[in-house]
Amino acid sequence: MTGLMMDDLRDLYQEVILDHGKNPRNFRHPEDSNREARGDNPMCGDKVTVYLKVSPDGIVEDAAFEGRGCAISTASASMMTELVAGRTEAEVKALFERFHEMCTKDDHEHVHGGDVDEEALDRLQVLAGVRQFPMRVKCATLAWHTLDAALAGGARASARASTE
Amino acid sequence: MNEITKVRQGFDSGTATGYDVEEVRKDFPILSRTIYDKPLVYLDSAASAQKPRRVIDAMVSCMTEEYSNVHRGVHWLSATATTRFEAARKTVQRFINAREDREIVFTRSATEAINLVASSWGRTNLREGDEIVISHMEHHANIVPWQMLRTERGIVLKIVPIDEAGTLMMDEYEKLLGPKTKLVAISHMSNALGTINPVKDIVRIAHGKGIPVLIDGCQGVTHLGVDVQDLDADFYVFSGHKLYGPTGIGVLYGKAEILEGMPPYQGGGDMIARVTFEETTFKGIPHRFEAGTPAIVEVIGLGAALEYLMDLGLDRIAAHERDLLAYATAQLSEIPGLRIYGTSPDKASILSFTLGDAHPHDIGTIVDRAGVAVRAGHHCAQPLMDFYNVPATARASFALYNTFDEVDALAASLRRVREIFG
Repeated sequence: MTGLMMDDLRDLYQEVILDHGKNPRNFRHPEDSNREARGDNPMCGDKVTVYLKVSPDGIVEDAAFEGRGCAISTASASMMTELVAGRTEAEVKALFERFHEMCTKDDHEHVHGGDVDEEALDRLQVLAGVRQFPMRVKCATLAWHTLDAALAGGARASARASTE
Repeated sequence: MNEITKVRQGFDSGTATGYDVEEVRKDFPILSRTIYDKPLVYLDSAASAQKPRRVIDAMVSCMTEEYSNVHRGVHWLSATATTRFEAARKTVQRFINAREDREIVFTRSATEAINLVASSWGRTNLREGDEIVISHMEHHANIVPWQMLRTERGIVLKIVPIDEAGTLMMDEYEKLLGPKTKLVAISHMSNALGTINPVKDIVRIAHGKGIPVLIDGCQGVTHLGVDVQDLDADFYVFSGHKLYGPTGIGVLYGKAEILEGMPPYQGGGDMIARVTFEETTFKGIPHRFEAGTPAIVEVIGLGAALEYLMDLGLDRIAAHERDLLAYATAQLSEIPGLRIYGTSPDKASILSFTLGDAHPHDIGTIVDRAGVAVRAGHHCAQPLMDFYNVPATARASFALYNTFDEVDALAASLRRVREIFG
């Protein structure tokens, strides 16, 4: 990135995001997944399918995704699959809520606290740049809403992009 | 001399048949504002065009001087508002050269106009197995109402294919027309590609087989103008806000003899001659299709917009936009990795493109920070995006007020996208 780049754009398109956007992790359809959901962003036509393998005692053992989207939504989905694997459904849910707040609210407005892996949240901070780009919030949260639908809906579910 | 310089020189030296665009820009107050401290470069007029002072003034004047409900009151204001309202209908008639003003039905939007035809004409005339022919480049508004009718009536939709350049395959079109074809519904000009369809030929061929034709003129009427008598289309629809007029107002043109055979679309006030609890006698056209209080101020605004366009001259506007498109096409083609969708030899005012691996949404955000407004998305033409196997494109659309410098600003901001995405 050159010095010509405006600061807020540099905030949005950090190297980590560009890297995950170009080389998404866990971009696959696992054969042994037992939960999935499809998410659509009607504004741009982007779509994502999230696949989860959830153990009987509620641990997300594997998370993966397929689909196509912008750098922000692809990076968000990629990082999400890395961060939720190995966590309980409750932990995933809490992480989603905090991440959602991070993308939509200023710091002092955070209402959810408590049992969230702060290190995971720190890693997701690179996506918080969308706060300055309200039209892009749904890009960052699409995969997460879809994950939420997959957890809530069981084997097949669908999600729409949040308009928040 | 390279292509770009040639095109620009042609423009600058006055060989173009356009006009003094800087003078014209003064008519549009919003064009002098800044976005992120940069001059606004508005290249999204295909989604919605900016409004000239004349439209704004007409609407303000309507509300401050002459506002009342129309067709109802005996008082001076109502009579005056009604006169202005119906004068705007005559302006629309003149703008598209309809035979009579009663062939002009005011709707909420072009979408509502198509829905009106689908509901009223479609439900009356279509039976299970009947076929409607649309094209692969249609806007969702000219797909979904027919799909809803398909669900309700069991009709069949046939799709005219396009080639890689985004040109309608006319041979295939002709082959699709059969004894079961009851309607052809095709856009005048693609909002996502800029392709201009040979609508006159489309109508002639369909009429040769006794099939009526609806033309979606949302883009076509804006950039090319239309003479509905010359075109001989049975229905022609368009919206006000893409024509430099207000939102919330659309037009359904229909041949009087066809409209007269259609039942009302919605029931309510101002569309009846007489109501008793036993029966209702409906008014004639066009009022039969205009239930409820219409968009009075918006109709006045639309009339002002059309007067403005006619004064400026549709030929001159088209010439100006043609120069801009040629220049922009040459400029953007120089950017490595940029691919243009829609390269039909007959196209206007729209450049749809992708740039390397950058998603159109990312392109849109980055150029926006330079003050450049483009559309990034599927343009409500998802089947067309599927045809090109892209989720979306970025789209720059050019209007009567855009300049060569603005094209340069777009190109510069796109080079910035390449800096980020490599």
